[in-house]
Amino acid sequence: MSTPVAANAVIRCENLHRHLGHDAGRVHVLRGVSFEAERGLVHAIVGPSGCGKSTLLYQLGLLDKPDDGRIWIGGELVSNSSDELRTAARGRHLGFVFQFHFLMLEFSALENVMMPMRKLGRLNEAAMAERARHLLGEVGLGDKTHRLGTELSGGEQQRVVVARALANEPSVILADEPTGNLDQKNSTMVFDLLARLARENGQAVVLVTHNPEIAKRSDRVLSMRDGVFV
Amino acid sequence: MSPNLRIALRFLTARRRAMFMSLIGIMVGVGFFIVTQAQTSGFEDFFIKTILGTNGALKIEDRLQATLFPMEADGADGHSDFLVASDGNKKIIPGVEDPARISEAVRHFKNVSGVSIVLEGTATLATNVSGATAHVQGVNIADHLAVSDLSRQILQGSLADFRIVPTGAVVGSILAARQKLHPGDSFTLEWNGALRRYRVSAIFETGVSDIDRVRIYVHLPEARSLFQKPTGASFLQVNLFDPGRAREDAVRIQEVIGHVVAPWQKREKTWLDVFRALRLSSAITVSTIILISGLAMFNTLAMVVMEKTKDIAILRSMGYARADIARIFIWQGAIVLAAGAMAGCVLGAAATYGVSKLPIRIRGIFSTDSFVVSWSLSHYVAAVLIASVIVMAASLIPARRAARLEPGDVIRGTSQ
Ligand SMILES: Nc1ncnc2c1ncn2[C@@H]1O[C@H](COP(=O)(O)OP(=O)(O)OP(=O)(O)O)[C@@H](O)[C@H]1O
Ligand SMILES: [Mg+2]
Repeated sequence: MSTPVAANAVIRCENLHRHLGHDAGRVHVLRGVSFEAERGLVHAIVGPSGCGKSTLLYQLGLLDKPDDGRIWIGGELVSNSSDELRTAARGRHLGFVFQFHFLMLEFSALENVMMPMRKLGRLNEAAMAERARHLLGEVGLGDKTHRLGTELSGGEQQRVVVARALANEPSVILADEPTGNLDQKNSTMVFDLLARLARENGQAVVLVTHNPEIAKRSDRVLSMRDGVFV
Repeated sequence: MSPNLRIALRFLTARRRAMFMSLIGIMVGVGFFIVTQAQTSGFEDFFIKTILGTNGALKIEDRLQATLFPMEADGADGHSDFLVASDGNKKIIPGVEDPARISEAVRHFKNVSGVSIVLEGTATLATNVSGATAHVQGVNIADHLAVSDLSRQILQGSLADFRIVPTGAVVGSILAARQKLHPGDSFTLEWNGALRRYRVSAIFETGVSDIDRVRIYVHLPEARSLFQKPTGASFLQVNLFDPGRAREDAVRIQEVIGHVVAPWQKREKTWLDVFRALRLSSAITVSTIILISGLAMFNTLAMVVMEKTKDIAILRSMGYARADIARIFIWQGAIVLAAGAMAGCVLGAAATYGVSKLPIRIRGIFSTDSFVVSWSLSHYVAAVLIASVIVMAASLIPARRAARLEPGDVIRGTSQ
């Protein structure tokens, strides 16, 4: 029923089902999705609009519970564990880039990137700021660290979000069209950054994209249609 | 600083104006609470001080005598009402028969600071001009000063004069004014056909008009002659080191000496109840201001929660737990509460000080020419406590709603 488990699979799901909506509007969005992401590789999920790519990403990101099926992170079954455990797992293992920029607008770029580090509490204040500045430099915003979210363009906000997703050195980075509203140059920069981190740090990158260029440069491409991989 | 507190502070600034209004509401509520309590309890304390200074902490009168008649027999002979009314199966004999002995016994109680033997009677006062009814109290002045504030209640004349003049009298201010009596003037007191002449040594004012209108102090031997009562006393006036213990002491003393002992709380129950009701009703009224600012706080926080659903989802996706989200909103309530309560205490103290300088002339149950306030930490504690309960309850509901948000729902809602 499932593919053999790869030795370095860091996140894995099996036979995921998810319905959305109520009563007559109830849609069977995920229809038995199985998938695994390996350390050090960039996985691109492609497919037509509305096929369930974002829904799958929320499942893998433990932001939403599946109606059926199971999810493992780092070998640990987490699909049905308590809210506390799932929350802790998000902080420790996962970094998110949402389809639309989700920046906390009253906070500066630096504060946004430091936000997950503060919760995790692994580093001291100075080390956190140092790391946040480094990450913002990596996405080309080294000179705008103290700008508030409201003072950044859409594309700049999206790059802050990418830096924030990398803050806690997650083992899995889930990115929903991370380059969706970036120009060619920045698109390439963000993708290169993600790909390099995956290789250097052994992180697994799972990204959803409509950009054939990006898909082509990914290590694996998975095609989705009507709630299943084809 | 905890990450939650940091986020709370930033969210607060996002709704600066609404938060500021809640803060003002809390400040005004707490301030008003403090100043009204300071006034009502100020007047209450002043009233208590006045009654302790005029009639003492305890009044010992009427001897109790155990009756020998069994209760069953009483029903038959028609005297039952009288006997049942007299404190169960005890009979009451008016007055104190052996005041010297009783006074000595009472002085042995630890909390007793003074005892004064008083012989009281009603006589007719007459001057060259007119006449009036007077309540004459015969006292030993040295003893009486130990159980009253008479020395501080003198308006004209002096107690030194009273001490050395055997026919001297100290006259209540209203009575003196009506009879146009001044220190040095003389008047007569008539009882049962016998007439005696006195001279005004001093005029006193307690502020209690019922007393100032009728009371005259004379020396005890004079009173004995006037009322033709060579022994006995009408009552003993007792002062205590700690008047707060008057009830307990009254019970113990009554048991030992076999006389009815009335503590001031019982004697002045009517007025004390009025003051208590006043204090409570003003506390309730003013608490509604705090309640309204609590509602404002609730409203503001509920608004912030709605505005910040996206931020809440982001925080949850980064590993912030439900409890963290709840804390972020509770912190906001707590910060506004703390600032409002602190400002309210300052406002309350300033207003209390200001009110104490306001002129107001009151005579009747006490005598004052300005507002009386009492400075008590308990008013501040009570105000802050009430504000805390209301504001924290008002913050808890939006905080719980924020904590219950499902990040998946929020993100899907926006990212569709
Ligand atoms: N609350 C909902 N109720 C009913 N159907 C929903 C709801 N939310 C999403 N859907 C449906 O679920 C399907 C999958 O949505 P999803 O967002 O996963 O698509 P997607 O593949 O990410 O599309 P896109 O490329 O446009 O982002 C869509 O057909 C959508 O209409
Ligand atoms: Mg999508």
